[in-house]
Amino acid sequence: MADTAPPALEIHGLSKRFGEKVAVDDLDLTVPNGSFFGLVGPNGAGKTTTLSMATGLLRPDAGDIRIHGVQVWKDLLAAKRLVGVLSDGVRLFDRLTGAQLVTYAGLLAGMDRDTVAERTADLLRLLDLEGAGGTLVVDYSAGMTKKVALACALVHAPKLLVLDEPFESVDPVSAANITDILRGFVGSGGTVIVSSHVMDLVQRMCDHVAVVANGKVLASGTTDEVRAGSTLEDRFVELVGGRRTGEGPAWLRI
Amino acid sequence: MVAHLIGLRFRILGNSLKRSPWQIVATVIGGLYGLGLLAVAVAGLFGLSFTTLELARTVTVLAGAVVLLGWIIVPLIASGVDQTIDPARLAVFPIPLTTLLVGLTLSGVLGVAGIVTSIAALSTALTWWNHPLAALAAIVCAVIGVLSCIVGSRMIAAVASNVGTGRRAREARGVLLLIPLVLLGPIIAALSGLLSGSAATLPRIADAVAWTPLGAIWAVPGDIAAGRLGTAGLRFLIGLATLAVFAAIWRVGLARALETPARASTASARSRSLGLFSAARTPTAAVAARALIYWFRDPRYAQSLIIVPLVPVLLLFYSALNGGPGFINATGPITALLLALSIFTDVSYDNTAFALHLQTGVRGAADRLGRVIALASFAVPVVLVFTVGSVWYTGAWSALPGLLGLSAGALLSGFGLSSVVSGRWAFMVPAPGESPFKAKPGGGVSLSLSMFATWTGLALLCLPELVLAVVSFATGETLYGWLALAVGIVLGTALLVIGVRWGGRILDRRGPELLVQLQRQK
Repeated sequence: MADTAPPALEIHGLSKRFGEKVAVDDLDLTVPNGSFFGLVGPNGAGKTTTLSMATGLLRPDAGDIRIHGVQVWKDLLAAKRLVGVLSDGVRLFDRLTGAQLVTYAGLLAGMDRDTVAERTADLLRLLDLEGAGGTLVVDYSAGMTKKVALACALVHAPKLLVLDEPFESVDPVSAANITDILRGFVGSGGTVIVSSHVMDLVQRMCDHVAVVANGKVLASGTTDEVRAGSTLEDRFVELVGGRRTGEGPAWLRI
Repeated sequence: MVAHLIGLRFRILGNSLKRSPWQIVATVIGGLYGLGLLAVAVAGLFGLSFTTLELARTVTVLAGAVVLLGWIIVPLIASGVDQTIDPARLAVFPIPLTTLLVGLTLSGVLGVAGIVTSIAALSTALTWWNHPLAALAAIVCAVIGVLSCIVGSRMIAAVASNVGTGRRAREARGVLLLIPLVLLGPIIAALSGLLSGSAATLPRIADAVAWTPLGAIWAVPGDIAAGRLGTAGLRFLIGLATLAVFAAIWRVGLARALETPARASTASARSRSLGLFSAARTPTAAVAARALIYWFRDPRYAQSLIIVPLVPVLLLFYSALNGGPGFINATGPITALLLALSIFTDVSYDNTAFALHLQTGVRGAADRLGRVIALASFAVPVVLVFTVGSVWYTGAWSALPGLLGLSAGALLSGFGLSSVVSGRWAFMVPAPGESPFKAKPGGGVSLSLSMFATWTGLALLCLPELVLAVVSFATGETLYGWLALAVGIVLGTALLVIGVRWGGRILDRRGPELLVQLQRQK
């Protein structure tokens, strides 16, 4: 049965251009069901654009995207019910308190009041935000803001979690806690996609990984396949290129 | 370094124009408007040279004082201070404070408003062309006067952004500042009424103003032309001292802004309860609860709220000025108009936080309806009370049905129109957390244009009940008033339903495109 179930995320021939710039170029990607999937790539590789299109936030120019077999751009509502999103670089309704914001996300997703209240309390406790539940999000630190955004992505219990840069400016203790939560989620049958710059973290955390550059997938597979015996970081640099040798200009040496 | 700062100003303006063709249109319209004003001013100043010395002196002093006052006050009201170069962003660079002051001043002079003011001020030399010495002095004084304008407006901006350190204190002051500014109209009207009633005293008023920091520098050429060199010298010193004091205050304010960029926030409100959310059970109710919380927590909304109680005050004033109760009776409909259209930039105010609505897949109609419910929850009672209260005050009970019809029509149709407009277009509004007064380059004009279009649209939608109400006021036939009430409620409700549904469908279909637009404005 497991073989016939459609993958958590399947992308074929995805393209998007902004004016002259091709952000995503005929990209194919398959994220297996139940995987902890890392998406890595240099700045401007098209990671955020790809994830925005996969979660129904940005209309692609061409291509087919399916989440658990549901065509995202044919049936947006059904797809959105399956996926939880943490976007990088969008604001939150930060004049709400943390508890209000998570409640808001849950109610918008159409859940009933009691379930929302129960899950909000659980999530805030899980993410060490219990004490800050009554504080306005605008007064949160960067890391706390990330965590409350993660709670918003989790509240409607999605089957697929898409997290764009979830560990940026999160302190190490919280990052470890978040990793535990995500591992538990994957262990119970969910699928997680994270994009990140931190190779070390991705190598330790993810069982699958894809390397993206210039809007194309350069390598994809299990983490061990992709890194092929070396570290993910070395393999990444090898694939993407652009590493400079030498010590920089003379005036920068003190 | 100074040249570099000025270059930076134009590069930022140019780059931001490149991103949106509409901003170019808006800037061009702003420029043409300035040119028109300028032509009138220059012609007028030249024309003054053919009149009496006293008249020329009175006009230049009073006009100069008003311009200087305007530079200091107007940026806070209408489209915000030109913060193309935000000093806080320059904090990381090792620029000497004095260089920064000079650079920012010159970049202010080279803005549209700065250029217009400079040319107008220099044209005062034309007024005095038959007194060569006075004309020469006029050029020198124009330079000092224009610098006072720019430095004065920067000073107010720096002081205003410095008052208080906490987010709350800053926001509260920003909003409270609005009250005297809104009442500025009546104050000026009262003054001008006083002045026009006694044109003979104007020269004496000008003479008094010429001793104040606002008018001193503009009076110098006139004094020279009249041969009163001692007075001219004294007033010139007052003008110079004004500029020096403005610059000194600005310098202190700027130094503080550079040391403590106003980002850190102090302790904030904490509440255990979910507030309005504890009652929300559906997506629509959740949107309404969220919007209502924003109405009271976000200074950009509070700005519209605080104008509401001032409407009757303003209208009372104008009716006292004109001696008729008609203005007071208009309180209800005008408040309805203001409130109903206050949400036509609602999604733009959300900024990219709107992404949450897209991610959760909330229905567009639920989004639209929730926002309308939040506004209606206080707008409907307020408008009712204002309409009935104004009629009670004037005793014109026969006008009540017509007025109620107008209020209901404006409110309901306005809700519908706002629901469509805010779901379709993203506007250049201040981002969350920014000062409600902050304007983006060209944003002021393009926002005014869209506001004008929306108001015109609403006037057309309300035309049937408007015609009926006017007929009833003119003929005194109450029947037409009752008809206006019926049409206002029925037509308004129909338009509201259409607006919410249509706006909702637009959101469902174009949500991602709207988000892209919002991201571009970020």
